Amino acid sequence: MWSQIFALIVKELLAILKDPKSRMVLIGPPLIELLVFGYAATFDLDHAPIAIYNQDHSAASRDLVARFAGSPSFKVVATLDGPRQIEQLIDTRQALLVVVIDPRFTRDLALQRPAPVQLIVDGRNSNTALVALGYANAIVSDFNISWLAKIGAPPPSTLLDIRARYNPALLSRWFIVPGVVAVLTQVVVSLVVGMSVAREREMGTFDQLLVTPLRPIDILLGKGLPGLLIGSAEATIGIIGAVWWFEVPLRGGLVPLYIGVVLFAMAITGIGLMISSLAATQQQALLGAFLFLVPSIILSGFATPVSNMPEIIQRLTLINPMRYFLVVVRASFLEESGLLSLWPQYWPMAVIAMATLVTAGWLFRKRSV
Amino acid sequence: MMDRLSILRLRGLLRKEFLQILRDPSALAIAFLLPAILLLLFGYGVSLDARNAPLAVVIEQPTPLAADFAANLEHSPYFSPRRFASFREAELAMDRREAVGVIWLRADFARKADDGGPAPIGVIVNGVDANNARLIEGYIQQVWVNWLQASATRAGRALAFPAVVHPRVWFNPAVQSRDYLTPGLIAVIMTLTGALLTALVIAREWERGTMEALMVTPVAIWEILTAKLIPYFVLGMGGMAASVLIAVLLFAVPFQGSGWTLTLCSALFMLAALGMGLLISTFARNQFVAGQTAIIVTFLPAFILSGFIFDIGSMPAAVQFLTHLVAARYFVTILQSVFLAGDIWSVIAPNAAALLIMAVVFLGAVRLTARKRLD
Repeated sequence: MWSQIFALIVKELLAILKDPKSRMVLIGPPLIELLVFGYAATFDLDHAPIAIYNQDHSAASRDLVARFAGSPSFKVVATLDGPRQIEQLIDTRQALLVVVIDPRFTRDLALQRPAPVQLIVDGRNSNTALVALGYANAIVSDFNISWLAKIGAPPPSTLLDIRARYNPALLSRWFIVPGVVAVLTQVVVSLVVGMSVAREREMGTFDQLLVTPLRPIDILLGKGLPGLLIGSAEATIGIIGAVWWFEVPLRGGLVPLYIGVVLFAMAITGIGLMISSLAATQQQALLGAFLFLVPSIILSGFATPVSNMPEIIQRLTLINPMRYFLVVVRASFLEESGLLSLWPQYWPMAVIAMATLVTAGWLFRKRSV
Repeated sequence: MMDRLSILRLRGLLRKEFLQILRDPSALAIAFLLPAILLLLFGYGVSLDARNAPLAVVIEQPTPLAADFAANLEHSPYFSPRRFASFREAELAMDRREAVGVIWLRADFARKADDGGPAPIGVIVNGVDANNARLIEGYIQQVWVNWLQASATRAGRALAFPAVVHPRVWFNPAVQSRDYLTPGLIAVIMTLTGALLTALVIAREWERGTMEALMVTPVAIWEILTAKLIPYFVLGMGGMAASVLIAVLLFAVPFQGSGWTLTLCSALFMLAALGMGLLISTFARNQFVAGQTAIIVTFLPAFILSGFIFDIGSMPAAVQFLTHLVAARYFVTILQSVFLAGDIWSVIAPNAAALLIMAVVFLGAVRLTARKRLD
């Protein structure tokens, strides 16, 4: 019995790994993607182009300009002497932000009246715009505090003391790289498994498999376990890359992480097998895999937080295994989470895995009658 | 070259392709259903704007000053604060992801402030999602500055912060992420459908052995390729039109540019995407490899390297160079401008030219490799 299933697993792995091109698409591109995306996927601003229009030529305004120029987030690409260029610079995306200092700046400062600093920002990418405004606000705040100290005025009665836990420097990379590991695992497993039954069906060999003494449950195991193996291997490659190449701290340890990997790979295998047994051709299987993959990546919290989604979509994400796995991966990397605190993420994945695997087995049987 | 026979053969092949599409509805589904579903899901689901973010507030010693600050947080549209009795409890709530951050007003807060200050307001955010954490910090900062200025004005004191920032966000004054994400999404989705549609079509003919059957007929290779290209171009443009309609009518994304510019650029982009798909298809020769490759070289880069969500300017130079190889990058830039800013030709022209070059290169490469393999 077990030897038959084992033989089926060997056959599945051979079918995937024997062809050099298939082997290549499973190993090469995911590694390259991890590398490229690890660097590319960042929300941090680094030397964003800004322009300065200073109409108040005084020591105070020059101090403020120097603070903008000295910030590593910004790079001053132009100093304007008239308002006409502002529109052109922003329209053509040569500058993300234009700092306009009012001619009355110093006078207002001296009179203790609000001294306006206008920040014109390109809103085509609203997130970048908000991040840039955030940095600019912080620069102006610093300027204010040192200005007050300089003129001998009392400091503000309260101060914000901001700290970020788990990621003190707020590096996007620490957030994104573990996410990329999860995405790549999901893409590879769902495609490997999703195509497996559909390919046999298109070629007619699935009927041959059905007339062997193997029961549907055996076929399920034989088709599912390779997905689990390949998924775990893929995740391992990603984790190694994240730790040694990107130096993301692995604080939570491997045990909570790998429990998540196995449960997640099982859930994705179940979904892949369901898609595969419903599809008559490989094109349909691929379409099905896509219809599952893309929403599940975008509605998982990979790039945009789940908590920002409308209530009804948030409820929809509850059936998305990726949503739970992302929390497990990020928590295992960055937080020192124990097994217990991750339990709310584990059990939904286990339930999804059970439900989809059982359904897939049922679909095999139904289709084989 | 283009004689009567050739036109007849092309017509026959086109008929075959259209029949094949109509008989296997999955191609129609990729062209229309996929973009519509994805756009609907993402249009509603994808947002970077924090609204009513759960925030834990700990006030160790209730004083009018602390209550006043908490009330200001309460009134901010960005937060829905919840009170916790102790910092430890608030911390646990943050670890359970029930709060994005903790505001901690210690017992000596009001006393310190009265003594001339400064009294620290402890802010601890969960930094795992760095971008969200930074936005939350920014919103808290904003609430705090406004609170200080307002209480200074009320008390008739000098302003706490003399230099005041007046932000003006052009093209998207409400700073809604949906307005910039939706045009980008159209580019991502069309990359997906364009490449996916064609990635499978030639690979399928090889895998089923019908390519050899086609080879022994008098049809020329360019006729086969043209016959593959035209129907999928029509399908893709149809999907594109549907996506734009959804964006404008349903999501009310402003459309400042002209329809002609959009159509022209979309056609160029579609040709590049289809060319890429055909190239994958001729090289892969089996549908599994073609499908994997299509996702890995088209969809994921379009998602991450196109500037759709992650700003290209912030990437390292080497990666920025790589983004020039991603057709979606040019299309995202064009779409964001055409939708939000209008027909700014100094932005559109170079990007459209890049798309044209990519289309020519990909289709040319298909033409060359396809001939070599059929000879």
